[in-house]
Amino acid sequence: MPLLEICQLKKSYVTPDGGTLVVVDVPEFKLEAQAQVALSGESGSGKTTFLNLIAGILAPDSGSIRLNGLELAGLRESARDRVRATTIGYIFQTFNLLQGYTALENVLLGMSFGPGADREFAKTLLKRVGLDAKLNHLPRQLSTGQQQRVAVARALANRPKLVLADEPTGNLDHTNAGESLKLIREACRENGAALLLVSHDREVLAQFESVQELGKLNRAAK
Amino acid sequence: MTLPLIVAKSLRQHLLSTVVTAASIALAGGLLMAVWVVKTQSNDAFTKQNAGFDAVLGARSAKLQLVLNAIFHLEASPGNLPWTDYEDIAKNAAVALALPIAVGDNYRGYRLVGTTTNLFSVEHAPGRKYRVAEGEEFAAGYMEAVLGSFAARQLKLKVGDKFHPYHGLNFDEKQKHEELYVVTGILEPSNTPADRVIWIPLEGIQNMKGHDAKSAAEISAVLVKLKNPIAGRGLELMYNKQGNRLTFAWPIAQVVAELFGKIAWFDKVLELVAWLVAAVATGSVLASIYNSMNERRRDIAILRALGARAHTIFLAVVLECAAIAVLGMIAAFAVYLGITGVAAHIIRTETGVVLNAFAWHPILAWAPAAMIGLSALAGVIPAVKAYRTNVAENLVPVS
Repeated sequence: MPLLEICQLKKSYVTPDGGTLVVVDVPEFKLEAQAQVALSGESGSGKTTFLNLIAGILAPDSGSIRLNGLELAGLRESARDRVRATTIGYIFQTFNLLQGYTALENVLLGMSFGPGADREFAKTLLKRVGLDAKLNHLPRQLSTGQQQRVAVARALANRPKLVLADEPTGNLDHTNAGESLKLIREACRENGAALLLVSHDREVLAQFESVQELGKLNRAAK
Repeated sequence: MTLPLIVAKSLRQHLLSTVVTAASIALAGGLLMAVWVVKTQSNDAFTKQNAGFDAVLGARSAKLQLVLNAIFHLEASPGNLPWTDYEDIAKNAAVALALPIAVGDNYRGYRLVGTTTNLFSVEHAPGRKYRVAEGEEFAAGYMEAVLGSFAARQLKLKVGDKFHPYHGLNFDEKQKHEELYVVTGILEPSNTPADRVIWIPLEGIQNMKGHDAKSAAEISAVLVKLKNPIAGRGLELMYNKQGNRLTFAWPIAQVVAELFGKIAWFDKVLELVAWLVAAVATGSVLASIYNSMNERRRDIAILRALGARAHTIFLAVVLECAAIAVLGMIAAFAVYLGITGVAAHIIRTETGVVLNAFAWHPILAWAPAAMIGLSALAGVIPAVKAYRTNVAENLVPVS
C-alpha cells in the first residue's frame, strides 16, 4: 500500500469578482513509503496549494488524500493538525523559522505538538546537519544556509513518514543549494521518511530518479 | 512545556509592550489593594481606637469634635469646663478613672496636653499602660514634660532637653511662651494618638503666662474610664438629656463610626475610581495584544504548520494575557506597599493611628485573582483572532 495516495483531488478559490478559480485538480498521485519524488512545477502550477492539501493545512473541496492508511479529506481541522504533527515534516522555501526561538528551540517545537519534546534527539538532528555548535543561536545569527539546515532538522524532528519540501533551495546560492539538497535527501533516507519535493530548478530536479511534472499531474495548472 | 515556552517567548519578543502593560496592571492592582486596605484598616483603627478610655466629658458641642480633640488630639477644643465638673464625674460611682486634660499650646506643631500623673496608670490596651521607656514621669506642678514616642522622634528631643512652648494649637514662632520645660521622660510606643503628644502637668497649661486667668480653674475635657462600659448610658442621659451645659461623648467607637458613616460616599468614589483604573489596565492588555496580532500572524501560521492545534494557539494568547497580569500583580505588591506606606506615614503623623501595610487582608488575594482573571478574559478577543488565523496565507513571508 502506498504511503500517500491521492484520488480526484480538487481545490478552488473564490476570486475577488465572485468567480471560482480551480487551483488543484489532480486525478491521481501515489507515493511509496521512503520514496523520494520530485515534482517539477512552474509558478502558478498550484504546487504550494497541492503540498498544503497533503499537509492538511488546507481542506480539499473534493477527492481523497490517503496518508499512511488514514483518509485526510474527511478529517476535522484538529485531526488534520494531529496528523501533521505526527506524520509530516515540512520544509519551506523561506524556511519559516520562528525568529524569537533558538535553533534548538525551533527543532524542539517541530516535535512538541506530535511525539513530544526530546532534547537529545533535537541535538542529534542539529549535529547531523552540522549545527551542534550553534544550538543556542537565533535564526538572525545564522547564515541563510545554516537557517535552511535548521529547517531540515526541524522537519525531521517529529520522526515523520513524509517530508514535504516546497522549493527548499529557492533561497540558496548554487553551492548551498547542492549541499542542502544532498542533506535533505540523506537525512530523509536515514530517518526512513519519504520525500516529496517541489521545485522548478532543473539542477535540483536532475538529482532525482523519479520526477513528475505537476503541470501534467494537475489539470488546473496554467 | 510547549505552552509556557510559547508564552515566555512571545512576552520576550514583545518586551516593551509587555513591560508597559504589566506596569499599568501593577499601578492599577497596587492602587486597588491600597485603597481597600487603607480604607478598611483606617476604619478599624479609628473605630477601635479609644486610647484606653470609654468616654469623654467636655463643653457642650458635637460629640465627634469632642472625641477628635480629646482622644485623637485633632481639631480645636470646643471650650472649657470648670474644675468642679471634673470633681463631680470623678466621684461618680460608675467611673473607674477620670483624667482631666487641658490643651492650648504646642511645640513646633506637636500638641502640649496638660494632665495628671494618673495618665501613667491608664491601660491603653489590655495589660499595657502608658509607660515611660526612658527617663521618668513628670512631677505635678513642675515644668517637666513626657513626650510621646513619635513626637520625641520627630522633634529629636531626648531626656534632659529643654524647650519653650508656643501658644495655640498651631505652631507660630511669634507665639513663644517664656516658660522653659525640661524633658524628663519619653513614653514607650503605644500606637495610639498619645504617641504624638507632649504630656505636661495640668497646671502647666492652666497657669502658662499669657493664658486667660480664669483658665487656671478650668480644663478642656475629662477622659473617662468606666467600671462597666454599659454604665455610660446613665451618664449620657444625665449630661446630654437632662443637662445642657456639657456633652458626654459615649461610646467613643460609635462616635468615630458616625464620622466614617458620613464619609462613606467618599470611600465609594475611591473604590469606583480604583475599579475603573483596574478596568482600563485590563483593557490595555487587550489593546496591546490585539494590536500586535498582525505581526504575530506569521509565527502563529508557522506553529500551526508544525502541528499546533488552533485551540493551543487560542490558549497561548489567553495565557499570555494572564501572564502579563501575573507579572503586573507581582509588581503591584511593591506599588501597594509604596502607597500604603506613604498613607500610613501621613495618617500616623496626623493622627497617631498606626496602619500596618503588611497585615493580611482578603483583597490581597482576590485583587490579584480578579486582575489575572479579567486579563485572561480580555485575552479571549485577540485569542479568537489568533484562532482564526489563516495558516496557508500567512506562511508566505511578509515583505
